[in-house]
Amino acid sequence: MSLLPGKKSSKPPRYSAAGLIVKGARKQNWPRVWRDVPLKKSYDVVIIGGGVHGLATAYYLAANHGITNVAVLDKAYLGSGGSGRNTAIVRSNYLTPEGVAFYDRSLSLYNTMAADLNLNVMFSERGHMTLAHTDSALRTMNWRAEVNKLQDIDSSVIDPSEVKKLAPSLDTSSNARYPILGALYHPPGGTIRHDAVVWGYARGADHLGVEMHQKTEVLDILVEGGEGSATDAHDGKGAGGKVTGVRTNKGDISAPIVVNCTAGWATLISDMAGVKLPISTRPLQAAVTEPVKVFLPTVVVSGSLHVYVSQTDRGELVFGASVDPFNTYSVRGSLEFTEELAGHVLELMPGISKMRLLRQWAGLCDMTPDYSPVMGFTPVDGFLCDVGWGTYGFKAGPVSGEQMAECVATQMTPKLIEPFRLSRFSTGALVGEKGAAAVGH
Amino acid sequence: MLLVPCPNCGPRNASDFAYGGESHVRPNPNQATPEEWRSYLYMEDNPAGWLKETWYCRSGCRRFFTVERNTATNEFREHPIPGTKLGGKA
Repeated sequence: MSLLPGKKSSKPPRYSAAGLIVKGARKQNWPRVWRDVPLKKSYDVVIIGGGVHGLATAYYLAANHGITNVAVLDKAYLGSGGSGRNTAIVRSNYLTPEGVAFYDRSLSLYNTMAADLNLNVMFSERGHMTLAHTDSALRTMNWRAEVNKLQDIDSSVIDPSEVKKLAPSLDTSSNARYPILGALYHPPGGTIRHDAVVWGYARGADHLGVEMHQKTEVLDILVEGGEGSATDAHDGKGAGGKVTGVRTNKGDISAPIVVNCTAGWATLISDMAGVKLPISTRPLQAAVTEPVKVFLPTVVVSGSLHVYVSQTDRGELVFGASVDPFNTYSVRGSLEFTEELAGHVLELMPGISKMRLLRQWAGLCDMTPDYSPVMGFTPVDGFLCDVGWGTYGFKAGPVSGEQMAECVATQMTPKLIEPFRLSRFSTGALVGEKGAAAVGH
Repeated sequence: MLLVPCPNCGPRNASDFAYGGESHVRPNPNQATPEEWRSYLYMEDNPAGWLKETWYCRSGCRRFFTVERNTATNEFREHPIPGTKLGGKA
């Protein structure tokens, strides 16, 4: 819908009740939300991975920098990986000043996302509570609260009686096996509909001219002039090389800039360019129960019990855990996960023992040694990474897209993602987030 | 449940083990450059396929051992060192 005649609005048209009635009365179908166009031979930027990170990067490239000759490639469908498998929790109460600044920018983008993209993303700012069951956990909570407060983030440590007021279903008695000693309470945290975020960015990017290509698998990245990869010293890949394009199952594309926005397959894609990453891939399992009436008003996380719980708008309880204890690309669920999860959830909320699990699933997480991502330039010219998102990729989606778009457009590393560069593993300047990110959320 | 084939104790649940990650050759600390050393510390191959890795038999024989596992299918195969019997199939 154009606001000015002859000038295309930067926002896609809004869905409205009036539109629903008119379309219903005329028995019209809704139009496709994004175009399905044939793959071109050349693009200015190719983004590998059609999840929140890839689509947000494409959207902000077009919206903030006017670069619209962009293709987003995904080997399955948009949002088929981590973007559709996470537990949709957002927060910014991290442990390091770098992490806090970064995730806080993401939260503010999530706050205005519905208006920016003209799509209801169902953001529910319901508060986020991280429980402490030991003195050392309580110490880390206090540490996090102080780091957060210094950066003007609403975050504080509360005692068990306040925990009980916020979430009455929790067992806050001292008789529990792991008694609740306190919690880090973060009111701006909450949940958001992850599919709507994917669709919103895809729709926004499409409106600005970006192309989305689903079922388009990248088979190789074409690099020239490098010193050779680990497997072949004469293939021209690796440090010093220059990206010329990608080879897909639908033909070759030439592009001077290729951005790796994948999760799970990040090392496999980077290997194609001859770039080694400090990443190991592990699945994280999650589960959802049958729907019940609303009784859990906040997001509840317990690091010591390796579990986090939130209730969806439909009334289901969504549970997540920590990553599985060994590297694998298999996303099969395991019984030991379900048993352990059920035990730990009942430890926190004994009242829900009769509830039944509806289903469980797993998503792949790219874990780095310091629990922080790898973003920005690599030793291969024109090959950029936005990977290593571990268990915290979804909540960082918008800011990663914004910063990666700036990185691509200006060819300079923005200040906000400077700490997350790949070369930190050579210089030793790691950004240790384990204390705030180890149990996902 | 993943069954890990311990050379001494036979196949046991993965929860009986501690995972040691990828097995890399340790560079000589007297000769390695800082770059080589950090690459040994942090960089991973992380293949979707056969991976040589270390496990620690935490609640059994308490030995470290190396096996090859396919990270896409979680299937184990015999270790190339002769005489290293894996016990059962996972």
